[in-house]
Amino acid sequence: MADTPATNGVNFPLEIHDLTAGYHKKPVLWGIDLQVPKGKLVGIVGPNGAGKSTLIKAIMGLVPPSSGWVKIFGKPYNENRRRVGYVPQRESVDWDFPVTVMDVVMMGRYGHVGWFKRPNKADREIARDCLDKVKMLPFAKRQISNLSGGQQQRVFLARALAQESDIYFMDEPFAGVDAATETAIIALLHELREKGKTLLVVHHDLPTARNYFDQLLLLNMRVVAYGETEEVFTYDLLQKTYGGRLTILSEVADAVGQRAK
Amino acid sequence: MWVVLALVPESAWSAKIGDVAEESSLGQQAFRFLSFRDPSVRYAVIGSVMLGISCGLLGCFIVVRKMALVGDTLSHAVLPGVALGFLCSGVSASGLFDWSFEVANITKNPALIFCGAVVAGVAGTFLVNTLKQTTKIKEDSALGLTLASFFAVGICLLTMIQGLETGNKSGIDKFMFGQAAAIGEDDIRLMLGVTLLIVAVVFLFYKELLVTSFDAGFARSIALPSQWIHHGLMLLVAFAVVIALQAVGVVLVSAMLITPAAAAYLLTDRMHRMLFLAVGFGVVSGVLGAFISFLKPNIPTGPCMVLGASAVFAVAFFGGPRHGVLTRWWRHVSRSKRVQRENTLKALFQVLERRDAQPEESVSLKELAERRRETLDDVSGQASALKQHGLVTLHEEGNKILFTPSGWQLACTIVRNHRLWELYLTNEANIAPDHVHDDAEQIEHVLGDDVVRELERMLDDTTRDPHGRAIPGFADIHKPFAPSAPGPSGYGRS
Repeated sequence: MADTPATNGVNFPLEIHDLTAGYHKKPVLWGIDLQVPKGKLVGIVGPNGAGKSTLIKAIMGLVPPSSGWVKIFGKPYNENRRRVGYVPQRESVDWDFPVTVMDVVMMGRYGHVGWFKRPNKADREIARDCLDKVKMLPFAKRQISNLSGGQQQRVFLARALAQESDIYFMDEPFAGVDAATETAIIALLHELREKGKTLLVVHHDLPTARNYFDQLLLLNMRVVAYGETEEVFTYDLLQKTYGGRLTILSEVADAVGQRAK
Repeated sequence: MWVVLALVPESAWSAKIGDVAEESSLGQQAFRFLSFRDPSVRYAVIGSVMLGISCGLLGCFIVVRKMALVGDTLSHAVLPGVALGFLCSGVSASGLFDWSFEVANITKNPALIFCGAVVAGVAGTFLVNTLKQTTKIKEDSALGLTLASFFAVGICLLTMIQGLETGNKSGIDKFMFGQAAAIGEDDIRLMLGVTLLIVAVVFLFYKELLVTSFDAGFARSIALPSQWIHHGLMLLVAFAVVIALQAVGVVLVSAMLITPAAAAYLLTDRMHRMLFLAVGFGVVSGVLGAFISFLKPNIPTGPCMVLGASAVFAVAFFGGPRHGVLTRWWRHVSRSKRVQRENTLKALFQVLERRDAQPEESVSLKELAERRRETLDDVSGQASALKQHGLVTLHEEGNKILFTPSGWQLACTIVRNHRLWELYLTNEANIAPDHVHDDAEQIEHVLGDDVVRELERMLDDTTRDPHGRAIPGFADIHKPFAPSAPGPSGYGRS
């Protein structure tokens, strides 16, 4: 590709160039540029409607980009999808679904198993280990509707762990969980980072964001700032991120959406 | 291939099951039905089994994906295709541009009808999607609109065909409410093919179907083509609907998709068990419907099958081991009986406590009635319930009540639970002592051993409750118990 910037031979776990994406052709994100180095725990913060979830979904191709590109370890998403783990928002699924906790965690292995094949004993072992890591092993045979919010979140985390990925995208893993789960999750995230994994976590709570993350991505329809937490977590930049939606940008987005219809 | 199929003599499928059912007794008829002597019975049963399998399997995914309305719409949308497929059999081509249409040539050609129906089904689905994406009409309205309009077109075409010279004797009128007897050899071949396809797809793509149904976003993140899997599933549903049409009819075919699967959904928490159960229910209700239609040929098969499926659902709804209405009701009744017994035991304990008496001493029915603030009749009923459970013995014509050792232990445990909970609420939760009694009345019956142990660990002093009464401890519960006072063993007034 002609416009691939030289990266001095180093492939960033995540590299985004001029990404514009949205729903029904109405852009939510504008010209996102991002290069996330390996082994960082990155918090994505911004006001409601800033496009935090959309960014994650656009990276994984769940929301089609209207321009720009995304690379995972130097390759398009589909070629490196096995190196990506994903924790969607807890509310995105029906928890009455007839599966057990173990079944859900096994889904994390599906990407490695391939078509027509069933997960084998080794996959089951990995799933058990992952459940154990989030302290949900005793619940393995429970149907998922009997779980509390925090337990549901741990199950989703265990499923992502079972993916054995190098880069993780997590959409609001702290939303609606109890304090004990929050502590457990953050400990797990730190452990993953120690192992050299790269993590991008959508987070809605500013005060804790400062303590939890190495780096912050301040997002409000475009990248307001990205960098080490202590450098980015400043009054001016936060004011810029949260100080109301950018009126002109949203008006233009509306206009683009109208024309597409 | 269609030419070959068309050559099969019409008599192979037009024989009515009822034509051969002359025996009078039900047993004889059942025997004849089950002996599979008549080809038409054989076809009807095999056909019902196939449709039970394919509808049951796909129905599960429809139910868990919350697409029941989609299934309903699809099943109605195929009707114009059925009619067109029927009409197409009258078209004969002698050259590339030399087409002719002969009303007299029209026959029921399953392959043509199948193709027509699938095309109509796909067109219906396409219309729903287009309406949803290009207008602000939401899915339910788009579905309702498509269902109604396609169905209307289908009925017009069917009525028209029935007016044609060949129409009535070709059996197309059975497509509305279904007639298992009209299933012929060609139909069976088609049904077998489709059922094998569906079983193979569900078996081979089970994990993909499971993960896309549960969490479509996650499925796409591991690069599963969720959209294509969805379309493939819809196509299979269209197939299943079409092969079920002959037996169940357009109007009710969606019930065979949804009802067995919904019954299975009530009964189990695992997807693979749900699939097996739904297949079982589908087969049972299908064969049941075919049998009833064998006994009474003038009743359409579709409603019979759906009645069978609904009966299965009703059993699951009322008698399901975990969530069944009757099961829950029974659990509720037995729990409230237990609570009543425990409350009576507690009252006996309190009478003795107030008298500062030993557990071996007797309590009169009158004392118990005063304590419970109830009539003598009420408490004597409660006393005999306790006796039945071996918790007390009754003496002097039921007027004296004595604890048995197990009754005493249980009474102590209940009182202990009650007072520990009161203590916990006042000490740890800072609730005023006069607020805690009603709460403890409920909690005392549900505290498990591990919670009690937890309470004991948390509370420093567990000798007195907030009202200053002693909390029965280990020594009280396991007090050596002198044999109960001699006397005639009592009888309860039941």
